[in-house]
Amino acid sequence: MSLAYYPGCTLKTKARNLEEPAVASMEVLGFKLDEVPRWNCCGAVYSLAEDDLIHQVAPVRNLIRAKEQGNDELVTLCAFCFNTLKRANLLMKEDAEKRNTLNSFMSEEVDYSGEVKVVHLLEVLRDDIGWEALAQKVKLPLRGLKAAPYYGCTLLRPREIAIDSIENPTILAEFLKALGASPVDFPESTRCCGSYQVISSPDDISEYARPILNSALSHGVEALVLTCPLCDYNLAWGQKELMKKQSGFTGIPLFYFTQLLAIALGLGPQVCHFELNYGSPESLLRERNLLS
Amino acid sequence: MFVTISPKRLRREFVRKIKELSGQNLQLCYQCGMCSGNCPAASNMDISPRRIIELARLGLEEEIANSKTVWICASCLACTVNCPRGFDLSKVMEAIRLLTLRKNIDHVRPEDISPQERCELPQIAMVSGLRKFTG
Repeated sequence: MSLAYYPGCTLKTKARNLEEPAVASMEVLGFKLDEVPRWNCCGAVYSLAEDDLIHQVAPVRNLIRAKEQGNDELVTLCAFCFNTLKRANLLMKEDAEKRNTLNSFMSEEVDYSGEVKVVHLLEVLRDDIGWEALAQKVKLPLRGLKAAPYYGCTLLRPREIAIDSIENPTILAEFLKALGASPVDFPESTRCCGSYQVISSPDDISEYARPILNSALSHGVEALVLTCPLCDYNLAWGQKELMKKQSGFTGIPLFYFTQLLAIALGLGPQVCHFELNYGSPESLLRERNLLS
Repeated sequence: MFVTISPKRLRREFVRKIKELSGQNLQLCYQCGMCSGNCPAASNMDISPRRIIELARLGLEEEIANSKTVWICASCLACTVNCPRGFDLSKVMEAIRLLTLRKNIDHVRPEDISPQERCELPQIAMVSGLRKFTG
């Protein structure tokens, strides 16, 4: 089965270690992630100002690309792109005045009114495949791996676009359980990593990372499981800084959820691009005999 | 922080623009402080998120303009989802930033980001950062 798929810019370069294991894993699960033609940058952040309609054009154009192909669903993988596209879609569905302005502005395009449903790959795994069916496909269970879900912000906030409970999300923990791992719940799993503040205040990023990483370590977490390339960058950068600042700080390996999916499905490290990860998280997998 | 409130200091145009850009009713806030309590960056801010709302509705433009708070906000929406009044503070923070950025006063200069950092940063960091900090 083919699914319309929007990759976004980062997944084609810095975060190939998020995308490539996803594409390979979904094939094993019977789904082809089919890129929508002529996709463009989504703008990375949703415009929060009432009068700023020009920045809605980029995400809406991508939704139109999906509609033109006859799709009623668009799968995303980057957490930032998911947030921006789903919020823009909601605007087109619910705000008639802005919808009309945007449709008139994009007169060369077909009219759009929020017909395409924006979903994240985790929702496809949960709702279309199901945890039990996923567990049955696992060839190499991640037995005993104490991995903690780190959700960050953009899959859960604002409430209208959340893929799970904003207070007590479990989707990543259920995913990890299906892979045979032992997910660890820790209280800072939805705390912001500092996001784009890395552009203006890079020195503050380690202070955003500190409570997240220390909380995870104090709960016995062996690895953090991520969905967002910016969380990955900030938590890696933060760790490097904390190694210098905080005596006894040991650091935590960071994985994308799709890398663990590929390993558990028996696809091996070659699709995971661990060379793009901070540190060498694969050494933890090797210790557990999870890498051939 | 001690502030003087008086009709002379009230910048009505400032309040009007914030309301227009954010689409938020500033009078909704009853100053419970859930926003400040949930903000992961509040300890770095010179004026807490809760106080930003109060200063904004009192029209105290100068206090807000001299504060670094809106430039520390990462739009993580921890305030928004925890507000018992349904007030979206992230939109007010954005409106205040835009009042500066739209005067062509940038908070970040792309040329100040080192070539090495530019190489290493994920695209979503560059695009979102420059969207939030330049006009």
